[in-house]
Amino acid sequence: MAKRSAPEVNAGSMADIAFLLLIFFLVTTDIATDSGLNRKLPPISDEVPPKIKNRNIFVLNVNRNNELLMTRAGEEKRVQLKDLRKEVVTFLDNGGGTGEDACKYCEGARNPDSSDNFSKAVVSLSNDRLTKYKTYISVQNEIIAAYNEIRNRVYKRLYPKSGLNYVETNNRYQDPQTNPDEKEKLKEKLEEVKKIVPQIFSEADTKKG
Amino acid sequence: MSKFKKKKEGGLPPISTASLPDIVFMLLFFFMVATVIKEDNLLIENKLPSADQIEKLDKKRPISYIYAGKPSSRFQDIYGTETRIQLNDKFARPSDIKAFIASERANLREDQLNKLIIALKVDVDANMGLIGDIKQELRKENALKINYTTRKGDAVSN
Repeated sequence: MAKRSAPEVNAGSMADIAFLLLIFFLVTTDIATDSGLNRKLPPISDEVPPKIKNRNIFVLNVNRNNELLMTRAGEEKRVQLKDLRKEVVTFLDNGGGTGEDACKYCEGARNPDSSDNFSKAVVSLSNDRLTKYKTYISVQNEIIAAYNEIRNRVYKRLYPKSGLNYVETNNRYQDPQTNPDEKEKLKEKLEEVKKIVPQIFSEADTKKG
Repeated sequence: MSKFKKKKEGGLPPISTASLPDIVFMLLFFFMVATVIKEDNLLIENKLPSADQIEKLDKKRPISYIYAGKPSSRFQDIYGTETRIQLNDKFARPSDIKAFIASERANLREDQLNKLIIALKVDVDANMGLIGDIKQELRKENALKINYTTRKGDAVSN
C-alpha cells in the first residue's frame, strides 16, 4: 500500500493571527519623535549679572499676538519670522570690536554701534504669557539656525579639508554608530568652533499677560 | 453511477488568499520597526510643532517626559479647555514637577543623575505662560537640560 502523505496544515487562519498581532502593535506603539531643540536653562543664582553694553545685546520681544519686536544697535523695529534669521546673523556677524575685542572670523558690516564679536554678542528673548508655543519654537529655531549658519562658516574656514560643516559634524558626533576614536577627534573640532562662536542666550522671565 | 460529481464548468475560480498572511506580516514588521512602545497614555492634545534645526536625543541618556496641551475632547467636560500639564498618566500642576523630578531621579544610577534630559512635549497651541512656569520649576530643581521635542519640518510655517 502506498504511504499516505501527511495532511496539509490549514494555513487559512494565519492571516487572522497576523492581523491580530498587527492591530496589537498599532494600538500600543507610537511613531518615535526623539528629536528636538536642545536647550540649557540658566541655574538660579543670586549673582548680579555682569553689565553688558547695549550694542552687544539683540533684544527680541514676542507679544501676545505673536508679533516680533527686535532692538538692535539702539534701533527698534518689527520683524517678520522669515526675516529673523537674517537679522540675527547680521547682528552676530557684525564684528564692530577693535583692539582686543576685534573679531577675526566676522564678515559683517563692522558697525561700531552693533556687536563687538561672537563671544560678546548676546541674544535676549522675552515673551508674553499669552504667546503661543508654536511661535516661541519658531523663534528659538531661527535663533539656533542663525548660530548654526555662522558656526558652519567658521568650521569650514578652520577645517576646509574635512568636507563637512558644523551641523553635519555634530550629527556625526551624536550618531551612536560612529566609533569612539573618531568621536574624540570630532569633539575637539566642535569644541574649538563652540569656543569661537559661543551661544549666549538669555531669556527674561515671562511677563504677566 | 459515478461516486464523484463532475465539477461544474464555468464560473470564476476563487481568488487565492495564500499570500494574505505574507502581506500582513510585512505590515506588521514595518510597524514593529518604525514605532516604539508608548511611554504614556496621552490625556491631552499633543500636536508637536515643527522645526528644522533639530538634534537627535541620545537614547543612552535618561529622558523624562513632560507633556502639556489642552485636555483631549473626552476630558473637556471635567477639566475644561485650558492648557494642562501631564506627568506620567495624570494631569498635574506646576508645583507637582518637583516631586516628579525627584521620583525620576530616584530611578537613576548615580553617575547618570546629572545627565537627565527633560523632554517637553508641548502642543502647538499652548500658551507660553504655563511653559514659563514649567521652566521655572525645572530651574528650581536644577534639571537644566531640556529638549523642546519637535517634528522635522519648516519652522516658519508653524
